[in-house]
Formats: sequence, C-alpha cells, structure tokens
Amino acid sequence: MRQTDYDLVIIGGGPAGLTAGIYAARARMNVVLYEKAAPGGQVIVSDWIENYPGFPDGISGYELGEKMLNQAKNLGLNIEIEDVTSIQVDGEIKTVNLAKKSVTTKTVIIASGASPKKLNIGESQFMGKGVSFCATCDGPFFRDKTVVAVGGGDTAVQESIFLTKFVKKLYLIHRRGELRATKILQERAHKNDKIEIIWDSVVSGMDGLFAVENVKVKNVKTGEEKDIKAQGCFIWIGITPNTAFVGDILNMDDGGFIYTNGNMETSVPGIFAAGDVRTTPLKQIVTAVGDAAIAVMSAEHYIENLQD
Amino acid sequence: MSENIIEIDDDTFESEVLKSNLPVLVDFWAPWCGPCRAIAPTIEALEKSYAGKIKFVKVNVDENPLTPSKYAIQAIPTLIFFKNGQIADQITGMVAKAKLEEAIEGIL
Repeated sequence: MRQTDYDLVIIGGGPAGLTAGIYAARARMNVVLYEKAAPGGQVIVSDWIENYPGFPDGISGYELGEKMLNQAKNLGLNIEIEDVTSIQVDGEIKTVNLAKKSVTTKTVIIASGASPKKLNIGESQFMGKGVSFCATCDGPFFRDKTVVAVGGGDTAVQESIFLTKFVKKLYLIHRRGELRATKILQERAHKNDKIEIIWDSVVSGMDGLFAVENVKVKNVKTGEEKDIKAQGCFIWIGITPNTAFVGDILNMDDGGFIYTNGNMETSVPGIFAAGDVRTTPLKQIVTAVGDAAIAVMSAEHYIENLQD
Repeated sequence: MSENIIEIDDDTFESEVLKSNLPVLVDFWAPWCGPCRAIAPTIEALEKSYAGKIKFVKVNVDENPLTPSKYAIQAIPTLIFFKNGQIADQITGMVAKAKLEEAIEGIL
C-alpha cells in the first residue's frame, strides 16, 4: 500500500488517548497524538479520584492526568496541540485534516472524549458569571455563598461534596427520587449538613442583573416552581460526545456516541474508538484506559494484515 | 513557566495592562485550578508565536483579589484581552488552541 505519514493518529489527550499513546509508543509505532486544548481530558477538572487503582489514598484529577501525560512523554509520544476538523477515508488510507495541515495514516484511534451537557434554559449568558461545570476551578469564588448543583450521578455528588468546603449551603437538584451516584458518595452527601437534596426537580431558569442571583426550580411531579436565591449554579447532568469532526463517516447512536465492538473497531476498518466517546456502558477512567489498550492492539493487527 | 509571561499583581495591573501600548492578554489563574495549569503550555506556545504583537501576562487570583473582583471574575481560567485599556474580548474555561488564535487574530 501507499506510504502514509503515520501508522496511527490518536485524536484526544485524555486518559484514553494518552494510554493509547503509551501502548503505541512502546510498540514503536509511528504515532502522533492530537489534542485540541490541553492534555488531560475531563479528569483534570475532577477534584479527587478514588476509584482508579494504585492510589490508595486517592489522587487529584489534575495530578492523575499529569502523571499519565508525563508517562506518555517519557516514552517518547509525540503530542501536538491541534484541532482535528475532519477525517477522510480513502480505502486503507485515512487523511486527518487539522486547522492548517493534513496528515495521512493507516489507522486512527478516536479518543476525543465528551463534554458536559448543558441545561439549555438560558444559562449560557451566565457562563463564568455563576454558571459553572468545574467545581475545582470555580468553587473558591463561591465562599460563604449559596449555590445550586444539578444532577444525581457520581460527578454531581462528588463535586457537590467538594463544593461544601467553600459554600454556605448547596441545594442539589435531581430530577428523580433517588441518586444514581455510587453508594459511598450518597452516604457522604446525606451526612453533609450543607447539602440539601431537592428531589424530582429540574432547574427551569435563572436570572440576575450581571450574574446569577436566582435559580428557578420546578418539581416535575407537581409542576410547582419555586425560586432559590443562589449565586452559583453548577451543572453535572451528563456528557455529550466530542464527535462533530467525525461527520457521518462512522455509525453513531442518536446521542453521537460512536458504535464499536469489543475490539474497539468502528464501522470503518482502521478507525477505532476508545473511552467516553464510544457507546460504552461505563464512562470511567479505568474503562477508558482499558479500551485504549485494546484499540492499539486492534490497530496493530489491522496494520499487520495490510502488509500480508 | 515561561519567563516571557510576566506574573503581575493588583498594584502593577494598571501600568502593565491598562497603560500598555501593545494589546494585552491577561490569564487569570490559580495553582489549585487544574485546567489553568493544563492550558499554561498552550498559552506559552501562543506567546512565542505572537511575541512583539501582543503582551501576555498572568494574574494569580489567590494572591490578587482586587483585580478579579473588579472584573467580576467567578470562573477560571479566564482570559481577558485588553486593547488601549479596554476589554476587547473575554474567554472563560478551557478552549481549543485554534479558538484562542482566532481571538488573538481578532484583536490585532
């Protein structure tokens, strides 16, 4: 087959992308990793990680991300800060288009992750003015204030507990009658005096002159709406995949997550997906890194078969 | 840390930013903010590309409470672009390098 610039292009620099890079670098593949903003991924906004083995006392998300990055760099992984705009498939050759150049490759691992979902109730005008998706970044700005947090999963509960280091009071708004977060986090939330959970409710709006002053909370069962005087609104209602650059070249589910099989193969031979970007039943660091190792193995097999 | 990105404080903000002849990109950050630390190398790389055209400075919001409060900053990283002492653009949160380049090109 025709020569390509790379054997493997990895898209995304979170735990999945960096792990793919670690495996590919050790396999001496001709590889590059493109990350659009900063390596680390969603993990770097997490205050504390307790479910990634090897750190008996837990580890801060930033530190874990940094360790993964350093491990990849120590193995010689080539990481470039570049935004992938699209991928073209021409049989066995894939062209990855970046803002200012294009590269060709035999295989691609898409590990572009996901971003926090928005409420879409007009909160965008309050971004950075009370509305936040990052407790570790913005929590200290809400010292002794009242805030609202939205969600009921691990992230929502973990980060709400973290916020109580700073805030006077936190209302956790959850659309259902019980939390989805893992039990140990639920126990901590229930024990925390500063957290009050408002069940069966959603945030229906917010207002304020320059920044958030008031959050509207609506009970989904009764339809009753009430105002909470709060200066902050933290949103953790799930994630949406970063797959805009994929276009329609791969099979994806309705939410834009990429379908793969157990070998991380997508609907296009030679393109693999790993981590939160794919249709995985569990979106955790520990599953993302496992996906990535399998994806690199599959990419190696794919290349070997090309050369046969 | 790049020596070309000066760390300024509440006292030097006026002379370094508001009275600067060049446009200024102010990076509001804190040591406890993971994304702020993660984007630092990207900002340093941009500083090298745009040296002489735009001045890059950093403000540690922990040590300098007055300036962030004056600009009502409630989230970091926040990047504010100043031109002739006025805010020309503002970006909150971690964004793609391409977005930052676009913003810089927009104010030059």
